[in-house]
Amino acid sequence: MTMPLLKPRRKNPVLRTRQMNVPPGARSRVALGMTAAAAEGRFALQVCADCGAVQYPPREACHACLSPRLPWREQSGLGTLVAETVLHHSNDLFFRERLPWRLGLVHLESGPTVMVHLHGDVGAAPQPVRVGARLDRAGQAILIGFPRDEVPHMADDKMLREMTHDPKFRKVLVTDGMTRTGQAIARALVDAGAEIVWVGIAEPWKRHGSGLDEIAKLPQVTLMPLDLTDSRSVTELAGEIGGKVDIVINNAEIHRTFGIAARRGLDAARAEMDVNYFGLLRLAQEFGPALKGRSADGVVSATAWVNLLSIFALANFAPHGTYSASKAAALSLAQCLRAEMRQAGIRVINVFPGPIDDEWNQNLPPPKLTPAAVAGAIVKALRDGVEDVYPGDVAQEWLERWRDDPKVLERELAAGV
Amino acid sequence: MTARRGYDGVAVAVPVTVPYVRYATREAHWFIGQALKALLTQSKISKDEIDGLTVSSFSLAPDTAVGVTQHMGLSPRWLDHIPTGGASGVMALRRAARAVQAGDANIVACVAADTNHVDSFRLMLGSFSHFARDATYPYGSGGPNAMFAFITAHYMRKYGARRDDFGRICVAQRANALAYGSRMFKKPLTLDEYMAARPIAEPLHLFDCVMPCAGAEAFLVMSEARARDLGLAYAVVRGAIERHNAFSGDPVMERGGWLLDRDDLYAMADARPDDIDFVEPYDDYPVIAMLQFEDLGFCSKGEGPAFVRERTLTFDGDFPSNTSGGQLSTGQAGAAGGFLGMTEAIRQLTGAAKGRAVKDARLGLVSGFGMVTYDRCLCTGAAILGSVS
Repeated sequence: MTMPLLKPRRKNPVLRTRQMNVPPGARSRVALGMTAAAAEGRFALQVCADCGAVQYPPREACHACLSPRLPWREQSGLGTLVAETVLHHSNDLFFRERLPWRLGLVHLESGPTVMVHLHGDVGAAPQPVRVGARLDRAGQAILIGFPRDEVPHMADDKMLREMTHDPKFRKVLVTDGMTRTGQAIARALVDAGAEIVWVGIAEPWKRHGSGLDEIAKLPQVTLMPLDLTDSRSVTELAGEIGGKVDIVINNAEIHRTFGIAARRGLDAARAEMDVNYFGLLRLAQEFGPALKGRSADGVVSATAWVNLLSIFALANFAPHGTYSASKAAALSLAQCLRAEMRQAGIRVINVFPGPIDDEWNQNLPPPKLTPAAVAGAIVKALRDGVEDVYPGDVAQEWLERWRDDPKVLERELAAGV
Repeated sequence: MTARRGYDGVAVAVPVTVPYVRYATREAHWFIGQALKALLTQSKISKDEIDGLTVSSFSLAPDTAVGVTQHMGLSPRWLDHIPTGGASGVMALRRAARAVQAGDANIVACVAADTNHVDSFRLMLGSFSHFARDATYPYGSGGPNAMFAFITAHYMRKYGARRDDFGRICVAQRANALAYGSRMFKKPLTLDEYMAARPIAEPLHLFDCVMPCAGAEAFLVMSEARARDLGLAYAVVRGAIERHNAFSGDPVMERGGWLLDRDDLYAMADARPDDIDFVEPYDDYPVIAMLQFEDLGFCSKGEGPAFVRERTLTFDGDFPSNTSGGQLSTGQAGAAGGFLGMTEAIRQLTGAAKGRAVKDARLGLVSGFGMVTYDRCLCTGAAILGSVS
């Protein structure tokens, strides 16, 4: 049984901080289909559209009938561990620094045999297991052999903690505590065992009545002055806590409900961009390098960066047109951040909620996401190690339509459907 | 099915070895060049008389066999590039023998060579195959150790093999290597030392693994008539088989393609396993040598452990195996590891295995096993060579 993770001792400041070497990240193009599914927490393999044969490793032709039609299909992952090993040696730096390391060979019920990282709670072969896909520190899909049934403290497994971003014992920055969503995120992090939650506040004189006072009473929470529109404010906070933050959650946003013709001038649109886009850029320039420098710093290393975007980032929702545009800009910048952070093994998680039940979505019909649901989705994403999250029914529906045909979705949205 | 045509009239001769070194600053071409030079020196033929060439190498890239012709100033009328590692020796022999029988070439030089720079093994591992890059290399074993640990663990569980059974193979081969004069391993190995070695990928420990090194092996293939004219000591090819990607439905490898073709092999050679005087199985890990004892008919499936307990595997024992020490005790010089058994078998059958000669050796079996692209070696092959009586 996995031993529960104990609160790590305070770090010796004299010792050198261990540097990150990410595991092998090269993949063939076809294999990236597995990464795309794992980025959303799904385990998918290619299944032949003509004969149904399940393929692994990923292929360009069906090994049974040579069909090139090999779409990715979600798998149950049920299988039998048929052999295992414990590595005491590796030529790869990432693994050398984490030995011993347990691996298994699993015969899936669907046919293929797959090599997996083996969870510590899986007993000796032969053994029923469930295979799941996760992203490793290189941001690429890997397979993990889990016990069939949940066991206590599973998330604390040494191997699994390398692949995920569990807030337990970690120090987290939430950039805006003035909103109900920000407060829900802070509370969820405390409930998830975060050691410190720094909560940013840009305009302290507005805090009373916002709900922030209750959050501030939690012993793990510390309010910090942070205004994402002010470079000096971001720099000062990074100077104070940048070297300690393990997870950054950028939930700060300005949301106004205008398109182009309904409002003259640039003030509202500029304010949206200043927080939603430039705010992310300021934050990433100051906190990004600090996170990268601590990405291998033990069991409470720096690990993840979360951006609260919007499903409107995928396609413009005209009644909230400038807001949609600012979120599309933020999405693009988040992809840049992801590419840069990946080299250090820091995961960038983009959250694409549908309309949240807040004052700026007052005129939108239900279903709307509660702030607690957004917070729950963020904590779950951290624990599962996924990269893209689309919480809520509206987001899921938009995503499906967008994947089906972005042009059709554009026309539907223009028609107000 | 049409009966296979035999290899009548084909001679294999002039086994050469370019001494192994742990690390080399030279390129693969240097080792190929030295191997070719040794072939010419020992056979006393001129370079122009080599009109066929096979090349096996991992570290030759981006060159292939054709680049070697220009590099070495050869102009063969028959050429083959055989990058199949542990199976390349048997495969080169089969192809060269057919070329000679068909008259496409008179004298074929079969060469396997690899260099080993300080970091080249690690770099090769990550680009060994598409499947390895996508489905094994990211898991950290940094090579085939983990996959062969699975194969070994599975075999132990299913057939009751113990670590010391594999140890017997390794210890006997070390004794053979010392008689051979291996430059890589100079100390005897006891079973106690084998058992006490540090773990690498459980159940594999240090002496279950080969040491990557640089070196070359080569031999010539020609007609018996040509070999006699040149006054060369030679062995004849009594039979040879190969098979690729066999038993792909087995969840874990526990048998190899030899099983599918061994009846043909022994029929071609007009021999039975009992008639074989010595074997040279491919030995990247000892479990693989054990699989070959089974799949080539020396014992039944699952009887490998009992077999190695009952038999003595040294060159002077009752089942001489890997009489020059195999890769486990001479090192793995890349693709040359796939030629090691072939050059040694030729030496044993031509009276050139000084100090480790198998008594009255008339028939030797060489088997190859190569290319772990994902979860098993794909290429299997075997050849029976005979002495000229």
